[in-house]
Amino acid sequence: MTINARSKSHSPPAVEFKSSTFSVPVLSLTNNDLVIIEKLLDEKIKLAPEFFKHSPIVVDLSDVNKKELFINFGDLVACIRKSGLFVIGVRGGNEQQNLEAITLGIPVNTSQSNPETKIDYTKSSTRTPLQVDDELTFHDSNNVIITKPIRSGQRIYSHGDLIVLAQVGAGAEILAEGNIHVYGSLRGRALAGVQGNTEARIFCLNLQAELISIAGNYKISDDIQGAIANAPIQIYLQKNTLVIKSLV
Amino acid sequence: MARIIVVTSGKGGVGKTTTSAAISMGLAKKGHKTVVIDFDVGLRNLDLIMGCERRVVYDIINVINGEATLHQALIKDKNCNLLSILPASQTRNKDALTQEGIGKILEELAKEFKYIVCDSPAGIEKGAHLAMYFADDAFIVTNPEVSSVRDSDRILGLLASKSRRAEQNAEPIKEYLLLSRYSQERVRSKEMLSLDDVQEILSLDLLGVIPESKSVLLASNSGIPVILDEKSDAGQAYADIVARYLGEKKPHRFIDDKKGFFRKLFGGK
Ligand SMILES: Nc1ncnc2c1ncn2[C@@H]1O[C@H](COP(=O)(O)OP(=O)(O)OP(=O)(O)O)[C@@H](O)[C@H]1O
Ligand SMILES: [Mg+2]
Repeated sequence: MTINARSKSHSPPAVEFKSSTFSVPVLSLTNNDLVIIEKLLDEKIKLAPEFFKHSPIVVDLSDVNKKELFINFGDLVACIRKSGLFVIGVRGGNEQQNLEAITLGIPVNTSQSNPETKIDYTKSSTRTPLQVDDELTFHDSNNVIITKPIRSGQRIYSHGDLIVLAQVGAGAEILAEGNIHVYGSLRGRALAGVQGNTEARIFCLNLQAELISIAGNYKISDDIQGAIANAPIQIYLQKNTLVIKSLV
Repeated sequence: MARIIVVTSGKGGVGKTTTSAAISMGLAKKGHKTVVIDFDVGLRNLDLIMGCERRVVYDIINVINGEATLHQALIKDKNCNLLSILPASQTRNKDALTQEGIGKILEELAKEFKYIVCDSPAGIEKGAHLAMYFADDAFIVTNPEVSSVRDSDRILGLLASKSRRAEQNAEPIKEYLLLSRYSQERVRSKEMLSLDDVQEILSLDLLGVIPESKSVLLASNSGIPVILDEKSDAGQAYADIVARYLGEKKPHRFIDDKKGFFRKLFGGK
């Protein structure tokens, strides 16, 4: 619709907020026994000491909370720190744990936590039997890869990036918390950064979309008409305006 | 192993029943024991196109309700004894179709027939869903117009998610495009989408193009599947489609007419 008018920048401000995406390992706990956790962590770290040295980590408590296993967040953080890792976030925590996290200066990812999870403190001494390897899992990716055409009426959601190695049909809808890549024609609706990531981008080989959106800023088909067709393009957000640019 | 083919489209009136009649006859003529099932309860007309409407006694709903055996309901085709027809009910409500009932019928038919062709009703409701649910192969009948192509895309999405193969995580249904009622003239005058346009939107394997043809109406009026009219263009198009489906290599026809050929030759547009 509008060609982005780039205003000449004057002196840069002292601080600038920029949103950026990092890939951070997530430590999913399935057991609340700190002794076991510490032992397993040490074992894992021995496998790749350089990689884990001072590594930031996000703790995922959804599983222990689902199993209603009581865990003291402060003790857990102390235990993890002993192994040289830095806890930089928590998700899936209950109210109590989130409060403890904030007190310790650790950000809480609320989009992932489950407020319905009620903790039964009477079960605090429950221990699940030890299953080596299943106790701790590291994952660092929520990306979704789709290899077949996405058809009209289908809806795909990715908690990370969404990569489509085919076309997206008219009447289909794809959503991602991160970036969207479509290695084909994009005819349906594509919404990137749906949880508010303004740095998310959309890439596609041929833009014929019904709607494109980044972090809630959208354009509909009528506004896209006349944008570069039949060429690889990227779409990103600049000062709350969607910019459609050729990639070549 | 029996193969279950669903002939489907989403949009109505695009040529599903015409296609079901033609390809089931074509498969039988090639020596394969074939049965064609009408899933269009309440609007049955496969029996008309097959010319067996006066021999319908029982229908698929009678079989599901246990009021008739499968063999009582099956009608042998008058032109080819390897072909049978299982008619739909004209009078019943389509709620009488059940997944369990259809599953049992297909299982029984699979013991006896090589190909089971399911003529789907239009839409994406229960009848269409049940027609596609058990399929191994899907013939997507599409007309060269935007709404038909869009509906086909929708059906393809359902095939990929709401079929037995999808639910059991088995190998997906094999999908084929049949572009029907194709008129080169109307493509040229831009009234219709071209084959390339449709292929671009759907990205599907093309099984064949069926030209818009008077022979289709003549055939259905006389109750003889158009594939038996060997001189007609539509009949030949369906014969090619059956041959290709069975693995023969046949060049595609009815896409460019002679005029198109000359235009290409002289570089005109
Ligand atoms: N290739 C063709 N050329 C000309 N007319 C055709 C062709 N194919 C189908 N028709 C006509 O289009 C009409 C609809 O065909 P048909 O009944 O096969 O469609 P259908 O998809 O089964 O419809 P429904 O959705 O109602 O079941 C009929 O009148 C038929 O004669
Ligand atoms: Mg029909």
